[in-house]
Amino acid sequence: MRLLYFAWVREKTGISSEEIDLPAHIETVGDLLRWQKTRGEEFAAAFEKDRVIRAAIDQTHARHDAAIAGAREIAFFPPVTGG
Amino acid sequence: MIRIQEGDFDLSAEIEALKDSRTDIGAIVTFTGTVRDRGSDKVIESMTLEHYPGMTEKELARIEQEAHARWPLQASLIIHRVGKLLPGDNIVLVATASAHRHAAFEAAAFLMDYLKTDAPFWKFEEGPDGAGWVDARETDGAAKARWSAKSSSKEEPAST
Repeated sequence: MRLLYFAWVREKTGISSEEIDLPAHIETVGDLLRWQKTRGEEFAAAFEKDRVIRAAIDQTHARHDAAIAGAREIAFFPPVTGG
Repeated sequence: MIRIQEGDFDLSAEIEALKDSRTDIGAIVTFTGTVRDRGSDKVIESMTLEHYPGMTEKELARIEQEAHARWPLQASLIIHRVGKLLPGDNIVLVATASAHRHAAFEAAAFLMDYLKTDAPFWKFEEGPDGAGWVDARETDGAAKARWSAKSSSKEEPAST
């Protein structure tokens, strides 16, 4: 699966994207957010405020309780500030 | 029509292109967002816009489609710039064309309100006092909510 990071989430993790095989117990966006915190110092810092972080599954906004089964691409980012 | 670009846009050229020599359009509303030189409490020297290529186009197309479903629009255009911008620079252009003014006015406001909360852009500001990512504003969520979501948003409530 492809994971993408934007804005301060990208800055804190230190990467903009990665290809990764997720552990089988991760079923929802929320599970994935919690797991991200366990991936070392950078990821712990990036996902510390996980409640404010938004997610998109295959380029569509997704809630934290959304199932990730079948997803090809999941992105994490702060609330948007365009316009 | 949706365009994401680094370069500037020419308002009058875009209006002419939108009209496309049609004579049944009675109203064209345009909104242009520009870079301010001040944030809430600090001076801003530059603003850099990051976005999520692919999702940005998808979200803007969805929002535009929703506007066309709600109002009798003859044409619409959303241009959003990305990259580094300076105070006074254009950031975004929304244009709507309709036979009568109300549809064009309302659809333009609707497009901007939805763009603000749904389109994946992020602003990074730099100034003499430092640099940082712009926080999302709760008032943007309220502005979107006034259209009393016929299309349900899948986003969680703003928490900043």
